[in-house]
Amino acid sequence: MNNVARNQKIAFTCLSVLGLLTVCILIYIIGYIVSQGLHMISWEFLTTKPRKMGSEGGIYPAIVGTVYLVLTTMIIATPIGVGAAIYLNEYTSRGKITSMIRFATEALAGIPSIVFGLFGFAFFVILLKPVTGGWSILSASLTGVTMVLPTIVRTAEEALKAVPDSLREGSLALGTTKWQTIKGLILPTAMPGIITGIILSIGRVVGETAAFLLTLGGTILIPQSLFDGSRTLSLHLYMVAMETGAMDVAFGTAAVLIVLILVINITASWFFRRLVKRFS
Amino acid sequence: MAITEVKQTSPSQAAASSAGQQFQIEAKTLDLFYGDFQALHGINLDISQKQITALIGPSGCGKSTFLRTLNRMNDLVKGVSIKGEVRIGGENIYDKNVNVVELRKKVGMVFQKPNPFPMSIFDNIAYGPRAHGIKKKSQLTEIVERSLRQAALWEEVKDRLHSSALGLSGGQQQRLCIARVLAVEPEIVLMDEPTSALDPLATLKVEELVNELKQSYTIVIVTHNMQQAARISDITSFFLNGKIVETDVTSKIFTNPTHKQTEDYITGKFG
Repeated sequence: MNNVARNQKIAFTCLSVLGLLTVCILIYIIGYIVSQGLHMISWEFLTTKPRKMGSEGGIYPAIVGTVYLVLTTMIIATPIGVGAAIYLNEYTSRGKITSMIRFATEALAGIPSIVFGLFGFAFFVILLKPVTGGWSILSASLTGVTMVLPTIVRTAEEALKAVPDSLREGSLALGTTKWQTIKGLILPTAMPGIITGIILSIGRVVGETAAFLLTLGGTILIPQSLFDGSRTLSLHLYMVAMETGAMDVAFGTAAVLIVLILVINITASWFFRRLVKRFS
Repeated sequence: MAITEVKQTSPSQAAASSAGQQFQIEAKTLDLFYGDFQALHGINLDISQKQITALIGPSGCGKSTFLRTLNRMNDLVKGVSIKGEVRIGGENIYDKNVNVVELRKKVGMVFQKPNPFPMSIFDNIAYGPRAHGIKKKSQLTEIVERSLRQAALWEEVKDRLHSSALGLSGGQQQRLCIARVLAVEPEIVLMDEPTSALDPLATLKVEELVNELKQSYTIVIVTHNMQQAARISDITSFFLNGKIVETDVTSKIFTNPTHKQTEDYITGKFG
């Protein structure tokens, strides 16, 4: 009896130490980067062009590049992903074809991003160069689309699945068509969940480096169109650190990135809590 | 009590038929299968206009399944097949060229569990009319008020039309669902155990409402509660094992049923 109680106490202590350790590591990393980079962040840092290969000056082109890339990727990926999820959940019953599509989306989610990058490089940058302009925001966005589609499809499908069938029946019984029911009731009800998936995907694009290293070109100039090359904050961070060794600029960029990712994640969890509330 | 009076003065089914009046709903030798399982066996049932017809019987007897054949909600279930016919207003609703969406506008349905949409009270009621092409705000406002009044809910919610319908109590939610059906102006309202999820007080309110609605609508109600059938219906049909045992004027079913099985059920010997 005494032994059991002692073991229980030891296990509890070990587990709470492990839990605390995880939190500590996270806080240390974020704290370290922010403390190293925070003094770099100023209005000037955010709004001016880099000088000397990025070792001096600001990060404005990388901010513009990140915004363009995220917008283009999401504008392409959202309708495709949500449409596929609607098709899977509302129009097909669980059969062989749908389980194959599901398997494919899951397998796609597990592929390392550098592989997506290699595919994007071979297909969008080289093969489709006349259309995409080679290394460009468009090539990188299309590569990004292939990466985030599984996330969007899965989260949207889960959100649609969470809408109770009693609502579908209630709507159809009023003499509405299936499409009216989906458009007017099912999609709005599932929207917080769908938006959660979209925001998580934005986080993935903002944080991605490897795939864009091969497809975005990495120029330091401000892009004028979708067919121009560019660099994102993550890419800028990599290039500054590796090519110029200007660690202060790198940490400044990292601090901006971390703040951005935190904001994105907090927004996502806010939407998720709203979704949960809607069904409780 | 007032409710008993209504029951006694209502025209019997026999009277309706002798007056040469056409039945609004006629089910003829209706069989329904879930895959290989036969859930309904040769159902024949005629339902008159502006009466309350109650379908009673033990769980799994097919009464809800039959109700759902009347607005073709069974179409949504995989593997359902149907033989025989259901005529509504003389037209077989299982004909190939019948528009199911139009049918469901005419034949509304209230479900067992209140299923308000996660939107405002106003938008819940306006949902059907909007889907049917009414866009003018003034017209929608009028429909919403009229429907809520008809469903005896207006006084309780008129000051919070734009707050979420999910904040209403269970009984209010069910009356909201009834109002939502009325907003589409159906001719027939099907009710699938509409009070089984409600407390006695809310049940009473819904029963009063159903009795009121009889003035303008034909109502078919499935109920597990025999007192409820006795209180509110004009005609009662007793289902057992996918067949109708007997259909008659409610007072007769509950005082002097023809079949032994009906008597056993209503006196609580099984069920």
